This record gives sequence, structure tokens and C-alpha cells, in this order.
Amino acid sequence: MTHPFATLGIEAQRLPGALPAWHAPVAPGALRALAEKAKARQARLVALWASDETPRGAGYGLHVALALREGLLWIGVPLEREHPRYPGIADLFPAAARMQRAAYDLVGVHAQDSPDHRKWLRHAAWPGGQFPLRKDFDAGARFEASEDRYPFVRVEGEGVHEIPVGPVHAGTIEPGHFRFSIVGEKILKLEERLGYKHKGIEKRFEGMTALDAARLAGRVSGDSTVAYAWAYAMALEALLGVEVPPRAAALRGVALELERVANHLGDLGYLGNDVGLSFGFFQFWRLKEDLLRLNCELFGHRYLMDYVVPGGVAGDPGAAACVRLIDALAAIEREIGELRTIYDEHAGAQDRFIMTGQVTPELAAALDLTGLAGRASGQEHDLRAAHPIAPYRGLEVRVSGHIRGDVAARVSVRFEELAESFRLIRALADALPPGELRLALERPGAARRGCGWVEGWRGEVFIALETGAEGALHRVHVHDPSWQNWPLLERAVLGNIVPDFPLINKSFNLSYSGHDL
Amino acid sequence: MTPAMASGVALQVLQSLLVVLVAPLVTGWVNICRAWLQNRSAPSIWLPYYTLAKLFHKDAVIANTASPLFRITPYVLFGCMWLAAGIVPVLVTDLPFAPAADIIALVGVFAVARVFGALAAMDTGTSFGGLGARREMMIGFLAEPAMLMTLFTAAFISDSTQLQTIVETLAHREFAIYPSLAFAAVAFLMVLLAENARIPVDNPTTHLELTMIHEAMILEYSARHLALIEWAVAIKLVAYMAIGFALFLPWGIAPAGDWAALPMAFAALGAKLALAGAGLAFLETLLAKMRIFLVTEFLSTAFLLGVLGMLIHFLVRG
Repeated sequence: MTHPFATLGIEAQRLPGALPAWHAPVAPGALRALAEKAKARQARLVALWASDETPRGAGYGLHVALALREGLLWIGVPLEREHPRYPGIADLFPAAARMQRAAYDLVGVHAQDSPDHRKWLRHAAWPGGQFPLRKDFDAGARFEASEDRYPFVRVEGEGVHEIPVGPVHAGTIEPGHFRFSIVGEKILKLEERLGYKHKGIEKRFEGMTALDAARLAGRVSGDSTVAYAWAYAMALEALLGVEVPPRAAALRGVALELERVANHLGDLGYLGNDVGLSFGFFQFWRLKEDLLRLNCELFGHRYLMDYVVPGGVAGDPGAAACVRLIDALAAIEREIGELRTIYDEHAGAQDRFIMTGQVTPELAAALDLTGLAGRASGQEHDLRAAHPIAPYRGLEVRVSGHIRGDVAARVSVRFEELAESFRLIRALADALPPGELRLALERPGAARRGCGWVEGWRGEVFIALETGAEGALHRVHVHDPSWQNWPLLERAVLGNIVPDFPLINKSFNLSYSGHDL
Repeated sequence: MTPAMASGVALQVLQSLLVVLVAPLVTGWVNICRAWLQNRSAPSIWLPYYTLAKLFHKDAVIANTASPLFRITPYVLFGCMWLAAGIVPVLVTDLPFAPAADIIALVGVFAVARVFGALAAMDTGTSFGGLGARREMMIGFLAEPAMLMTLFTAAFISDSTQLQTIVETLAHREFAIYPSLAFAAVAFLMVLLAENARIPVDNPTTHLELTMIHEAMILEYSARHLALIEWAVAIKLVAYMAIGFALFLPWGIAPAGDWAALPMAFAALGAKLALAGAGLAFLETLLAKMRIFLVTEFLSTAFLLGVLGMLIHFLVRG
């Protein structure tokens, strides 16, 4: 059988569904050679996770998803039961470092030759040696909290000191700990400590039926609920060999772009607020609120939660609503144009944005920076343009690209993506194809796998789904683009001053919930 | 006690009480103006009073590591600001208190408050306190000389460092335009923004710990201590505005012993505070917060303008 990865020396099998995705089993010994060849072909790491295959009579599994020009390559590596270990690939794909650490915390598979074996998701109330994603782990178990004792990297020198920030912050944001080593106001090193929002979502999936689990998938990260729900639905539909009706696909596209618009509006407001320009904050948040109310009126939920369901979408706004949507968005778009002029011409704001928190295209490429932050640093990957499946096929999504990689570039990408999203929504809502909204799905009957890959507002949301023999969920891995981008934040702040950190952080606006799971 | 003295004491008491009671109102007014300028519906003008009342009713939480310094600092801050507000002629010029301190001592009173604030911020040993104290001292050592230069310009014009004499000279002399005072006024405005932790130097409404200056210093305070500090901040703003009025807009202040001029003085003060508050809100809406190291340039410019004002005074004698 021919497949685009023959030159990598592997046997790959095309996964069902519209998405160009292949699955290839690879022996642990061959993983590094494959990773090296893939790296030479400019592969990006999408996700790395592990699974417990012992109920199936095997050992454990390591899974690596790579993005190549041709599509997605899902590599499955069987690991032995007694000492599950594999050769680490963090030297080739630096983004894998934390995923390998998380894979150990969750399943207990060990990356050999890895320079960093510290725990990552595991915290004080989760003792070492307890691997929650192993099948014999009792999800109801409670443990005594002990001391965390996480060994942070220490920076030493004359006048160097540390500022610990978080996990509890002064604002209502998600918890994360940031350890700054500074001299004066200058940041010498930033080390992140995440995992405070670990709530066992992947374990929770395993007890659910494939259809019920869609609602859980939509709650992984609230600001990306459409992207997650769609990615899950895409994986499940692919696994069942179902294609959603064109009308449902178009409405999904509208919902995803509305989610992108809402988040970009919020971020642009926050970015104004973080430089003390509260005028911008209130204007953008007023527009965001207008949009959320519109969402609620037309789709029944402000954040479009549970609108995308396996098999289609949950409701039809109707023709009159589409006209109303297009009109309302035109008004919002006009105001955004005025606000962009204000931002662009505001000397004080631009002084704070430009050259702040720079990520060079070289660094971004080496560390697989993804999503909108990637597009601000010369990484012009956008699934909507690279692998256009319905409803993006034929729409020719314009990918915005900048190479400066600073806060100003990330602001510009947001403005450009807003304009593109408005164009896409108009195109989709103007010509909604007739037909059904939702197909009834059956329970998956046998052990199968499928994957969903959606360009959310923050970046690529990836969900890998495996069902067991009776159609129950065997393993669901949900992957947020924040995994790739959190390490870049540590690099982006180097040499900047402490008071600029909140601004740089907000310009990435990464998910804690989607990362900590 | 002579009747003149009695009247002076009465006026002093009146002014001191007035400034303390009116200060939260001015803060409320600035907040209202800012809300209007940002297209949002404004909070009640009485909100700062409700906030103070709420804070006074709460139980104070004090860190285990705090020393007595931490507890007394709010009272010191409040006292310093009250004292400063008592020295500056707001309604009348013949305050019996005023000769006790001239403009140099006035800057000293603000400096005392700053030192206590910074020490208390470092007292509990949290990283944010130290961070804020460090930044506050940086701003302080840049702002103080600039402040002195603007005050000196006015002092040279009236040949006195007594605020009372300065105001009397400037207010009741024949109307004349002093180019030197124009420079001093711009410098003073810049110092006012920096010293009162307003945009573009600091952001009084931020929740981002790492960007804070003044707010970082008081993060550990709660309840009555926080209330006193917030109140002191409001009084400080009014005191600075009053210094500005005394130097640059002295008209309307009642002359010595003239009770009949008091209603006019009240009206003038109200109008001036309303204008100044609206102006401050306007500036804060227009400007973004600058990067902290630009503050050195900002305050150096203020210093330079102050010096220029003084030089121009000697050059043109006006």
C-alpha cells in the first residue's frame, strides 16, 4: 500500500475520515531513527502521550503525533509490561520534554536518556508511584497531601533573587506558578510550574460512552469549547466512518469562527488593559459582550457550549438569524476598525507592544511554536489552510503571518484573524447548504481509533480517540496547543523586565485547564 | 486668645476637617469622570466612602512576620498626609499652622510617609512588598528634586519659601504672566502623576501584581489599616492638587481674617477640584502606562522643566 511516509521507512495506515491522518506502529528501537528522519522533513510535534494496554494483553503504549506537510502521522509504540520505557525524543523535539514527564506521571512510562526526569503534572496530594491512567488505578482514591518539594532551577550570582508568583493571583485568572530569577527588574530566568488544575479529565473519559463523552470534551478548556467539541466529534465520526451533513459542517465553521472572534476581542481588550489603556479594554469587552449575547440569542449559549455534537450540530439558527448575524458582525467589524486605528496610533501602547517578549522565527521553529503565537513568529501553520476539510474547503483561508514575534506582532495577528473570521462567517452564513443538521450515531462496535484536529483560536486542538472491544472508550487523549507554547513563554520573557511579564503572558494567553487536564 | 487668633484656629480646624472629609469625594469624582470617558456607566460618587466604611468594619489580617512598624505605618501615613493638607492653604491664607513648615518641610513630610511606606512594605518579607518598595524609592528619588525645583521657582518669585506668603503674593498681586511658572506648572503636573501613582507612571486600578508600584507595597494590608492607607492616598491627591492651586491658580482663596470671603473661597475650591479631577481622568484615559524605566526620563524631564523655570525667572525676572 502506498502512503506518503514510505520514505520514513514505516508502514502507515490511513485513518478513516476526511482528515489526512495515518497511523503507524513502530518498535521502541526504531522510534529515534524515525523521529530523526521526520525532523529532517520539517515535522512538528503535535502531541505525545501514553496509554495502558494491559487489559488487551499487551504492555503499555507510547503515542507520538507528528504534523508533516502531507498530514498527521500518529505513531504507536508498544512498550513492555515490566519496565515500560522508550528512547526520549526531547532533544529532537524540545516540546516533547514536558509531555514525556507528564506521560510518566500519568502512566508510568519512562523516557530514557532524557535530561529532565522531574515530575510535571504531579503535585503534593498525588504520591509518586501512583499512575492514574493505568487501568488498575482507582479514580476515587484519596491521598494525604505531602510537601511538593519541586526542585526549581536556581540562578546564582551577585544581586540575583527570586520572585515566586502564584499559583493564586490577584486577578481572577487560572492558577499557575511562575518562578522568576531576576537582577534588578531584568528577568534572567523564568520557570513555570503548572498542573494545579489537574482534574483527571482523561481518566474520567474512560468510564463514559463515546457519545456522552462529547460533553466532557467540550469542557476541557472553556474558552475553546467549540474547538474541543469539534475535534472530539471529528475523531468519533472518523472512527465510525460517518460524514456530517454539509449544513452541519458549515454551522460548525460559523461557531468556530465566532469563538475565535470572541476570544480575540477579549484578548485585545486585555492587552490594552495591561498597558494601562483601560479605554481599549472597555471598548473591546463591550464588543465581546455584544457578540456573546448574540451567540446566546442565535445558538442558545453565550460560549456556544454543546453546540457542536457528534454527528452534526445541536440547532439551526435559521435564515433570518443568519441575516441578523451578518448585520451584527458588520457593526462589530466597523468598530474594530476604529479601535485598531486607535491602538496602532497610540504611541504609549505601541511603545509597550513593540520589541516586547520577542520570539524569533528560528526559536519558534525549533520549539514548535504553534497557533496564533506561531503565526506571529513566522510559523505560518493553519490547519484551515493547510488541510482544508469541510467547511473550509474552497474558502481559501488567508493565513496571517508576521516575523517580528513580539507582542505587537501577536496583536497584529489577532486583528488580521478577526478580519478573516468575519469574511469566513459571512461566506458560510450567506450560503448555508440545505439539508440535515445531525446524524444519529451508533455506538462504536469494535476497537478502533480516530483522531480530530481543529485550528482553534489559540492553535491546533488535537484529540486522539481509541475505543475498546465493546465500544467503550479505551483511551482519549486531548491535547491543547498550550503544551507547545508554554515553554516558549519562558524564553520570550528573557531579558525583558518584570513589569512586562503580564503583557507578554497575555499576548500568548495560554490555557491552564487545557494543559493540566 | 485674641479674636484674630481664635478665628485663625477655627479656620485651621475647618480646613483640616474639610480636606480629610472631602478627599474620598475627589477620588470618587475622578473615578466617575474616567468611567464617562470610557463609555461606561459610572459608579456612585460616594463609593470611596462606602469602601472605607466597609474596610473599617472588617477584621484586620496581619502576617505572622509583621513587626509593630507594619501596624503603625497606616497611622503614620494618614498623619503625614493630614499634616500636609493642613499646611497647604486651601481656603484661607492665614493658617496658624502654616508657619510651622515651609515648602521644603512639606516635601520632607511626604518623604517621611514614603520611607515608612517602603519599610512597612518590606517588613513582612513578601516578594511583592520588596518589589514595590524598590520601585517606589526609585520614583521618589527622581520626583523629589523635580518637586523642589518647581516649588523653588514659585519661592523665588515671592521671595519666600512659606506657602502662605507665596499664595498671598501670587493671588493678590496685579495680574501678570510668569513664563517661569508655566514651566514649573508642567513639571509639577508630571510630579503629581508620579507621586500619586497615577497613569502613566503607575496604574491605581491594576490587578497585575508584577506591574504594581504603590499597590504592591500595600498588598499585605487589610481592613482598618488598608482603609487608613486608602484614605491617606485620597488626601495626598487633594493635598497635591491644593499645592498646585496654591502655586498656579491661587485666585479665590480668602485673605487673612476675611470670613465674608469664605463662601467665595468654597465655591472656587469646589470648581478647581472638579476641574482638576476631570483633567486627571482625561489624562489617565488618554495615556497608557509607560515602561518602568521610562519613568526616569519622564521625571528627569520634569526636573529639567523645573530648572528651566527657575533659570527663566532669573533671566526675565518674572
